[in-house]
Amino acid sequence: MPLITRVYIKASLLYLVAALLAGILLAGSAAWGFPAWVGGLGPVYFHLFLVGWVTQLIFGVALWMFPKYSREKPRGSERAGWAIFALLNTGLLLRAVSEPAAGFRPGSGWGWALAVSAMLQWAAGMLFVLNTWGRVKER
Amino acid sequence: MPPLSKWMVRFALVYLALGFTFGALILWNKGVPLHPALWLLVPVHVEFLLVGWLVQFVFGVAFWILPRLSPGPKYGRAALAWLAFGLLNAGAMAAALARLPGAPPALGLAGRLAEAASALLFAAYAWPRIRGVMKPAAKLS
Repeated sequence: MPLITRVYIKASLLYLVAALLAGILLAGSAAWGFPAWVGGLGPVYFHLFLVGWVTQLIFGVALWMFPKYSREKPRGSERAGWAIFALLNTGLLLRAVSEPAAGFRPGSGWGWALAVSAMLQWAAGMLFVLNTWGRVKER
Repeated sequence: MPPLSKWMVRFALVYLALGFTFGALILWNKGVPLHPALWLLVPVHVEFLLVGWLVQFVFGVAFWILPRLSPGPKYGRAALAWLAFGLLNAGAMAAALARLPGAPPALGLAGRLAEAASALLFAAYAWPRIRGVMKPAAKLS
């Protein structure tokens, strides 16, 4: 298993744990009335789970197992693979912080942090599609 | 990668691109408001990423990597899987469009029925390929 895949999969496992911890906080908030920002973690919980865990796991395994792009560059652009990892995780972590913060303090700079996180994750998705497309082939 | 897997994964990648684009617009709009109508994209974003991307990607990769059959066609009854592919995409598109204003109420039901039929067909297709390694038949002398 190549280094880049190991990094993706280990990061995805950390997100799985983080998502389930966020789920505990949400459930606890409903039961015991935690601080207001905890109640705003709903979308963060879903996205840690579905983007951080499921999608990132798929990205990492696809980089490893899909048909080789070429003999010289089996995984397409290796730099693109690392850029996708950096963009996806920076964007997702920024979202995890700024989404509850923006809800707690509307009109503050956190709204722009949320916009930046949207662009980072979008760029990661587009780059993955472009870098993977050429490897989706019969031989 | 067999042709059906290629098509399923390519369609899944298109849904990923669309779903991430809608998601980015929604998230940007949440932080820095652009237009209230962007909130209408939420169910389309969810449908495209959960069904169009995740389910379709899993179907495509499963068709490729599940143990192959022998004797007979190595991918089994592939026509069932092709039908599942068609129904999944028709269903995802119908279920997504049904959530937009002005869509006929029956469209959502038709979309969900197509998605469920697709899942049923794919399960029926994949069932015989989910097995342990078959030993080669002993030679009859």
